[in-house]
Formats: sequence, structure tokens, C-alpha cells
Amino acid sequence: MSWLTQIGTVTLLSLKTIPQRAGSSAVAIVGIAGVVIVFVAVLSMAQGFFNAMHSAGAPDRALVMRTGADDEMTSGLSGPQTDIVKQAPGLFRDGQRAIASAEMFVIIDLPKRSTHTAANVPMRGIEPTTFQVRREAKIVEGRMLTFGTNEVVAGRAAAGQFEGLSVGSVVKAGQLTWTVVGIFESGGSVAETELWCDVRVLQGAYNRGNSYQSVLARLDTPEAYDSFKNWLTSNPQANVSVRREADYYAAQSVTLTRLIRTLGFAIASLMGVGAVFAAILTMYTAVATRSREIATLRAIGFNTFSVLISVLAESLGLAAMGGLLGGAVAYLAFNGYQTSTMNFQTFSQVAFAFAVTPALLAQGLTYALTMGLVGGLLPAVRAARLPISSALREL
Amino acid sequence: MKFLPLVWRSLWRRKIRTIFTILSIFIAFLLFGVLMTIRAAFSLGVELAGLDRLMVIHKVSIIQPLPVAYQTRLRTVPGVETVTHNTWFGGIYQDPSNFFATIALEPEPYLGMYPEIHLPPDQMKAWLADRQGVVVGKDLASRFGWKIGDRIPIRGTIYRTKSGSYAWEFNLVGIYDADPGFDKTQFFFRYDYLDEARQNGDGLVGWYVVKIKDSSRSQEMAASFDEMFANSSAETKTTTEKGFIDGFAKQVGDIGSIMMAILAAVLFTMLLVVGNTMAQAVRERTSELAVLKALGFSDLRILTLVLAESLFVAVVAGGLGLGVAWLFVQNGDPTGGLLPAFLLPGRDVAVGVGLMAAVGLLAGLLPATTAMRLKITDALRKA
Repeated sequence: MSWLTQIGTVTLLSLKTIPQRAGSSAVAIVGIAGVVIVFVAVLSMAQGFFNAMHSAGAPDRALVMRTGADDEMTSGLSGPQTDIVKQAPGLFRDGQRAIASAEMFVIIDLPKRSTHTAANVPMRGIEPTTFQVRREAKIVEGRMLTFGTNEVVAGRAAAGQFEGLSVGSVVKAGQLTWTVVGIFESGGSVAETELWCDVRVLQGAYNRGNSYQSVLARLDTPEAYDSFKNWLTSNPQANVSVRREADYYAAQSVTLTRLIRTLGFAIASLMGVGAVFAAILTMYTAVATRSREIATLRAIGFNTFSVLISVLAESLGLAAMGGLLGGAVAYLAFNGYQTSTMNFQTFSQVAFAFAVTPALLAQGLTYALTMGLVGGLLPAVRAARLPISSALREL
Repeated sequence: MKFLPLVWRSLWRRKIRTIFTILSIFIAFLLFGVLMTIRAAFSLGVELAGLDRLMVIHKVSIIQPLPVAYQTRLRTVPGVETVTHNTWFGGIYQDPSNFFATIALEPEPYLGMYPEIHLPPDQMKAWLADRQGVVVGKDLASRFGWKIGDRIPIRGTIYRTKSGSYAWEFNLVGIYDADPGFDKTQFFFRYDYLDEARQNGDGLVGWYVVKIKDSSRSQEMAASFDEMFANSSAETKTTTEKGFIDGFAKQVGDIGSIMMAILAAVLFTMLLVVGNTMAQAVRERTSELAVLKALGFSDLRILTLVLAESLFVAVVAGGLGLGVAWLFVQNGDPTGGLLPAFLLPGRDVAVGVGLMAAVGLLAGLLPATTAMRLKITDALRKA
């Protein structure tokens, strides 16, 4: 008998007899599946947050804020400053009109659906050009707000996460009461957590005079960014800083994504160590219950190497089942799950959906197989070294 | 007691198995300790928040300022002991990613209201003598290596100085310590300095903290404050400090339930592993147990012996795990002051000990009953 056939036969035998050890095998499978679920779920949370922040930036858009301001919350621009921005070269123009939206950004309190406690919801004052700047945004329910009135449209994620944002309901912000007239979508980005209203009405409601916080500008082409930026930053009257919209949101997501990933990896690796121990125990138990069988195999001429491989294969098989089970559960339970958290840079809520990507599932499965391999190693060596005579006498 | 050696001997019958069982439970309770610490960190010290302290914030949002004149009006309400205000400064040290809370406040009333903050009296005196003085938390000082006497440049994001610049400077005059669980990463400076030096935001403060004499009246006091300012240009919303912090922590997300879900998964798996191992251990010893019974051991004694074995493993391993977690936490925050609090609450330690006992008993229950029900004749014949 060749080595390969030997290995094949013994491996098949040990895999076929798994049902006889259903109890302890199930323990190993469930243990590994649990680790994979936690691993995939935590990382999919980080991925979802990352997606929401990164899909917000289009390559041909630039965000203009006050020099030195790191976020819209702390930025401030006067009316004349925004006029200068709208004259910059490289800006996309529709006839005479500059396609840029001078905006104001405030935070209002709305109850979160999941906890019924107040949450900081961002409210953005926009200009009529907004939909030409943000081409991905569209009204999906109700209608667009009428400029000049105290009407608002709510992002789809905001309407899902917070109470009182259905079409027809009213919200309080500044010294005004606003009516929700529509729901908008914006490609699943962070903008969907916002409420949008007429910036001039919002200025009045907050006694802000003719001041804004940022200008979101659409450029002719993504390459026009440099000339746009240089013209503005070299203009002493403007006193503004310019950055690509994508960079702005990417910078805001760094801290939280890193925190979630670090915690996720730490918890998952600690759990992984626990699961490896569980796998070792299971395989030892499997080897112990089969010791007479293994000794018989050895006695009739099967070599130690094939016994070693068969135990490893069993361990890997259990790990693969655990990995697949865990991945499937994580996908079914968490993919697309909507939640929201605090963006500490702007002190406002960001709604996002957990994203269980194929890459994450592959990582989870790889992790499971690693656990199976490490867990099977020691018991495999033990099985291969079983002294035939005493093992035959056991049990 | 005299059967302890017997329990001990049966435990080490299979050394490797016992060692790995202990290691599995050890990891489970190490995780328990770490997860509970993370949960406590994200609840932002809500357990410590006083019920006799009320937070008065702007009705629309906490970022909207309130007039400083409200202080005198709040003081006139019967049942109020002290009123002080805090103002969020939003300062940045070197880089925005070095985030910590920068707050302008009135030193004496504030520290009087928060006995959990400990500041040496001479540092307090120095603070009162220096308008530009700042007092920072112990963790914040060690994070940036600040020492008393340092001059700390802070970039403002909301307030400009009279000269129109965002560059502010403070003198470090004190470092506070605080009760466990209280945020030791804050940066407190004097409101009178801010008010004198700022160009914008005259006469406005962030929010008020009101200490009331009778905490059982907090609900009606809160309602009376809000009523007082109703229909003014800055209406208020008053909550207990506990309610406020709780609400804020909930905005970050329900970290507590996530940690609980992970823990439940971990403990359930451990229960399966230990239970399975114990069952295997009992199966292997069928004949030995039958001999013990034949010698006259009662059913109850057999049950106790097996249970004692699994309980022993669970408590020793769990205790080690929790102990290591505790040591790790004592060692300080590994994120270098990113988390506002880093401690393992005593209540969670107690819960952990309870869980160990539960895991030990549950895992041993099935094998122990099997052992108890063994028929001597059948068991002896099997061998």
C-alpha cells in the first residue's frame, strides 16, 4: 500500500467516524463558530462605519472651511468669503451659476429609536444647488423642501434611527419648528444621517446673520482640484482651507475605525486562544476514545504519519465546519444591520450598516482553519506515538 | 474534607486534559474581566454620577450656549445648594487626534460640588492665584508628560482671543487625582480667564451644574428649572447628572449589550467544553466509581465527589483568569489615556465569582448524576 492511499484511508475513516463522537465534535464546532461570529461581527461593524464615511466623498468635490478648522462644527465663513469661493477657477458652472453649496451645520436633539434617549442629530442648511453638487442624492419619499420656508428633508438612515422624522412630522431646531416634507437617499453615505433645510432660514433660526460654516464645491474635473485650491489659498481675502471631500471624511473615520478594529482583534484573538484549547481538548478526547482503533490500525501496518495526518484532517474538518457555520450566522445576523454611533469630531450621530464582506468571511474562515491546525497538532502527535500494546489493552 | 486527596488524584488522572480545561476556563474569565472593563470604560463613570447634581442644558442641544445670567436665577430657587457652570472650550493640543475635554469652569464651587476630585490644597491656592492656571487629570498629565509649571499651548476651535487668534496658553498649576471610575483625562481652566480674554461668546456659558439639598426631589426641581426659562430665547432641559451621562454613553452605542452578547457566547462555549470533558472523565472511570460504590460510598457522596472536581477546576481556573485581568487593569490603560476610565468594578468581580461557581456546577451536573445512578453490577461488568 502506498503512503498516499494509507493516508487517504485513515483520514476517511476518522472523518467518517465523527458522527460517533457527535457530542465532543459539536463542542469544537460551536467553539470555533463562536469565535468566528464575534470576529466577523466586530470587523463588519468597523467596515460598515468605514464604508459610510468613505462613500461620502466624490473625487470631483472639494470642501472649503475656515483656515485652521478641522471639521465643519468649528469652521465659520462669512457671506463675502463664500462669494469669493464661488468665483474660484476650476469650479463647475451651469451657465453663469457656480455649482457650489454654502452650508451651515448644527446639531439638534432627537430621541434615538433603540434607546429612547436624546441623540445629537446633524442638521445641514443647504443651497438650491445642492442636488447638482451631490449628484448621488435623491428624494425617495415625499417631496423636496421649498426654499425660503421652514421645511426639512431627512436622510433615510436618520429617519430609521431617530424618532419623529416621518413625512409630515415636525422637529424643533433653533427658534423654529420645522416640517419634514421628504426623505432622501445618498448612496448609503454619512449624509443620510443628516436633516437638510434652507441655509438662509437656518441662519435666521440660530441668529447667525450672513455666516456659513463650509462650502461644498463641485469641480470641473477631479484634476481641477489643484488650481481651485491654489487660487483660494493664495488669496488673502479668502482665508480658507481646501481639502478633497473624500480626505475630510476619511480623516474623521480613522480614530473610530482603529478603535473598533483594535478591540475586535484583541477580543477575537483572546477568544481564539480559548477556542484552540477547546479544540485541543476535543481532539484529545477523540484520540482517547479511538485509541484502541488507532492501535489496531497501527498493528495491521498503517504507519505513524498517516495516523498523524488523519487526526489533523479531522481537526481541520471540524474547524472548517465551525468557520462556515460562524460565517453564515454572522452574515445572516449582522449583514446590513443598521445602527448609529457618535462621531467625536463633530459630536454628531453617524448611522451605518454592518458590512459583512466576502473578504471578512475569508478572513474568518482562515482564522478558523488556523485554530483547527494549532488545536490538532498536539493530539495528532500523541495519536501517532500511541504505544500499540498498551493502547490495545485500554478501555 | 478527608476526600480532598481523592478529588485531587482523580483530577490529575489525565494531566494534559485537566491542564487544558483549566486553560480554557482561565481564558474565559480573563475575557470576562477585560470585557467588563471595556463596558465600564464606555459607561463613562455613570455609577459615580451624583443624583443630587442636576445638569441644566440648552433645550435644542448641549452645544447651544446659555446666558450667564441664569446662574443668579437658579440660585434663588428654594432647595438649591450650589450653582456653577461649565463651558466647553474644544481646545486642541498639537493635533486633533490628541482629543481630551477642555472645560472652563469656576474652581471653588466646582471642586466643592465634586468631592470625588482630589486636588492638593497648595495647588488649589496656586490655581486661585493664577488666572491662566489650568488643572489637569493625572492620566492626561502622564499621557503628555506634563509637569507643574509647564506652559501649555492650546489651539482654540470655538473661541478667539481678543487679538483674534486661536492660540491660547495656560500654566499648569495642579494635577488632580480622583476616585476610581472618575474621568482623569480632563483639562480644567478658569472661566474668568476665558471670559476676559475671549473675543466672541460674551456672557455665554455651556451648561449649568446644580447641587440640590434633597436628591429625592430631583424630578420636580428639574421641572421647575425648565419652567422658569420656558418661552425665553434659551429654553433649558434639566436632567440628573446620572441620566445625562447615561444618555451620552448611549449615543456612542450600546457597548454594554455587545459585550454581554460576546460574553454569553464565550461562557456558553466554555460550559460545553468543560461539561464534555467532565463527562469523558467520568466515562473513563466507570469501573473505579463502581468499586467506590461497592465499598459503600453513598450515591450522594459520589455526586459530591464529581461535582467537587468540576467546581474545583472552574473556581481555580476562573479565579486565576479574573486575577490576571485585575492585574492587567491595575497596570493602567493600554490606550494611553484614550478611555476615560479603566477599572474592573467590584460588582463585576463578584458576578464573575458567581459565574465560576455556576459553570463548575452546571458542567459537573450531568456527569455527576450519571455517576450517581451507576448500577454497580453493570458498571463492573463493562470493564
